[in-house]
Amino acid sequence: MQEILLLLIGTALVNNVVLVKFLGLCPFMGTSNKVDTAIGMGMATTFVMTLSSVLAWGIETFLLVPLDLAFLRTITFILVIAAVVQFTEMVVRKISPALYQTLGVYLPLITTNCAILGVALLNVQEGHTFVQSLLYGFGSAAGFTLILVIFAGLRERVALAEVPAAFEGAPIGFIVAGLLSLAFMGFAGISAK
Amino acid sequence: MLAAVGSLAVLGATLGTLLGIAARYLRVDENPLEAEIEALLPGSQCGQCGYAGCKQAASALVSGEAKPTMCPPGGRETAAAIAAKLGVTVDLSGAEEMEPEIAFINEDICIGCMRCFQECTTDAIVGAPKQMHTVIGEVCHGCGKCVEVCPTEAVEMRPVPVTLASWHWHKPVSRMVH
Repeated sequence: MQEILLLLIGTALVNNVVLVKFLGLCPFMGTSNKVDTAIGMGMATTFVMTLSSVLAWGIETFLLVPLDLAFLRTITFILVIAAVVQFTEMVVRKISPALYQTLGVYLPLITTNCAILGVALLNVQEGHTFVQSLLYGFGSAAGFTLILVIFAGLRERVALAEVPAAFEGAPIGFIVAGLLSLAFMGFAGISAK
Repeated sequence: MLAAVGSLAVLGATLGTLLGIAARYLRVDENPLEAEIEALLPGSQCGQCGYAGCKQAASALVSGEAKPTMCPPGGRETAAAIAAKLGVTVDLSGAEEMEPEIAFINEDICIGCMRCFQECTTDAIVGAPKQMHTVIGEVCHGCGKCVEVCPTEAVEMRPVPVTLASWHWHKPVSRMVH
């Protein structure tokens, strides 16, 4: 139980995919204008990331290792991720047409979200078991969602603030992201050991 | 080699089949009428009707929120075609017969601010910053968005000039067949 909790906190906060590993910056900047959109995007990414890390673990263990095909790892993982994203798109479209409209192009772009491929590959690299892969994928996605929502909240406030003309829009967004990243560096002190 | 090709092929086929099955179960029923109406609209997403794009306009038309005469660039012909498709009668006398117009840039006043350039949905405006712009008449679909943004009022809408190539006999009766 303690191990599970440590893995979850470790991936979500200490080794946050966005702010510590700098993966998935495109949706981080792109879909963080409104908190509602950020939550939707976070949910969709969580679904895709958890499912794809589990599937990637399965393919690695039952297909690539027995057949000695480790060199096919990247392309098979991309294939799996693309399929999962397609599936997610169908689900979102069916369940919430409004969210489908808001997410727009960012939904199919989850395919090229490097955080998802990154998490799948890190799972393999660190030799995780099935449960560990599941938790690692879910924890990373939870961290991604958390950061996305926090950042969207900050940006909603920054939008109302008086920002020097040169920093308006994306530049102040990047500065805010940098400060947030600095804040998350503080979690490095509570890593597992 | 064979194992690599085989396993990738099997994986691709399996995922494809699963997605196909999922697509069948999770299908979203769209009104086929909406797609047909959307095909009748100009499709340049100019937004003059007040909706975000032609798709949204088409769904508003189908649900009866909007009148068939709502599309300014489409003009009378489009209105008639939409009314025929929807099976509603529409008072076309109210919709004035608009002559087809395209944008024209008065190059003496143009300051090269690039605002109209950015606004154009069909890339009909050419130009560079601080250089005067001009309109490619064949590409312009006459949505008039550039007229609103011009700070020097250099852009205006003018009737499509009649040349030897574009002149034609006037039709005796305008028949709305689409």
